[in-house]
Amino acid sequence: MSDFKKDQKTRRTALKSLLAIGGASVLSGCDRLSRSSWFKGVLGSAETLSSRAQHALTSRQSMAREFPPEAISPQFRANGNTNPDTPAYRRLLADNFSSYLLQVGGQVQNPMNLSLTDIKALPSRTQITRHDCVEGWSAIGQWTGAQLSALLAQVQPLPQARYVVFHCADRWGSSQDPYYESIDMEDALHPQTLLAYELNGEPLPVANGAPLRLRVERQLGYKMAKYVMAIELVESFADIGSGNGGFWEDRGYAWYAGI
Amino acid sequence: MSRTHATTYSFYRHRLPVRITHWVNALCLLILLMSGLQIFNAHPALYWGSASDFDSPWLALGRFPGWLTIPSWQSLATGRQWHFFFAWALVFNAALYLIWSACTGHLRDLTPTRADWRGFGRSVIDHIKLRHPKGEAAKRYNILQKLAYLIVIFGLGGLMVVTGLCMSPRMNTVMHGVLELLGGRQSARSLHFLAAGGLVLFVMVHLFEVAITGLWNNLRSMITGRYRYHANGTEQTKPEARHE
Repeated sequence: MSDFKKDQKTRRTALKSLLAIGGASVLSGCDRLSRSSWFKGVLGSAETLSSRAQHALTSRQSMAREFPPEAISPQFRANGNTNPDTPAYRRLLADNFSSYLLQVGGQVQNPMNLSLTDIKALPSRTQITRHDCVEGWSAIGQWTGAQLSALLAQVQPLPQARYVVFHCADRWGSSQDPYYESIDMEDALHPQTLLAYELNGEPLPVANGAPLRLRVERQLGYKMAKYVMAIELVESFADIGSGNGGFWEDRGYAWYAGI
Repeated sequence: MSRTHATTYSFYRHRLPVRITHWVNALCLLILLMSGLQIFNAHPALYWGSASDFDSPWLALGRFPGWLTIPSWQSLATGRQWHFFFAWALVFNAALYLIWSACTGHLRDLTPTRADWRGFGRSVIDHIKLRHPKGEAAKRYNILQKLAYLIVIFGLGGLMVVTGLCMSPRMNTVMHGVLELLGGRQSARSLHFLAAGGLVLFVMVHLFEVAITGLWNNLRSMITGRYRYHANGTEQTKPEARHE
């Protein structure tokens, strides 16, 4: 065998081992990085960038597309929890939510408790919008609900209030942590942000969040808390749950779910 | 084995910005593909239109195996973090490449000339017969190469960015026209997946061409910039017969 051929063979073997070792180490390396907190911090920087870019390219008041009635999905898929099924929730459900009271408090001038009748008396909006789940699917539904901005006008947030936190009736997973979510004042005051009590002209089904769920049309589905029991205005959500602003955020999902 | 008095020249084929952006691009594409498959696995079905008609996806697959996804276990949250970070990295990298290319005239190297178009048919046949440009001709991009790169950069690359942005409910508020054109958000998601498939196809053909036109020579030229070729067009038979 000539030196040249030998050389070529060595090179080929070297390349093959390099590819094998490279491939395996890239995979295990990515897994190790996925678990390390410093690298998650690095990856998280893109989240800030995405949020800034989206806010820079769209206005505060930019509207989500509204669809004609014929676009409504035949069945609006219910995802996540489809029934809180706690003793307290079962009692509410048994009397058709007539004893339901939404507590609104925190950093506000006038804390309030509102019945479903009170909420339905607030300025309302009906909109046919597309719901985008973080998993990738979309469904179109018609939502009717009180504008969150109208409710906030009544309770009057204090100047230091920066976030609106939604506390929910459902508990989740093995930890049985209560579901909660939070949005900033920009989205809270957006005209399409609703406390919805109707889906497709019917009272909100249990699977979709009865009696009241949030609609934040410019974000993904997991932001739209179902079974809303209390609303709290806060300066910071650092001491709620694990401090990331929501149930799924505490499990690694982005707080700003604009994509 | 040597047949002629071949003179081997060493030619500075790829300038540093091309080499750096090439490898950053390769890394980003690999991670975007694997984290993208992780995201796909969260709902492994594709639809046309605005909403998902769960009864009739045009494509419903099982989940991609762990060795193809980042991370290897199922975690949509982590896959998304990887995907968006490297999507930004790719956008910055592509911007650097395009600005540099526009400023230095490198984009002209990619623009097909009239002579290129005249040789289109011959180039197709040459590629099919695995007959590749030698000597001086190997110093420039051939017509199929130019077209492939242009389609990948401005066609598939552009489609990837636009359909990716279509996934954003916030960006959707200013993209009504684009969504209309593409057929809705679920269509955009399908196109994002198909364009990724197109990029995979390109990379496979690219790696094949790299391998059969002189793997080490090509690899070297993308690492150090130096490419070796023969002035009289004969094959390089003895690597030591070079006069740099």
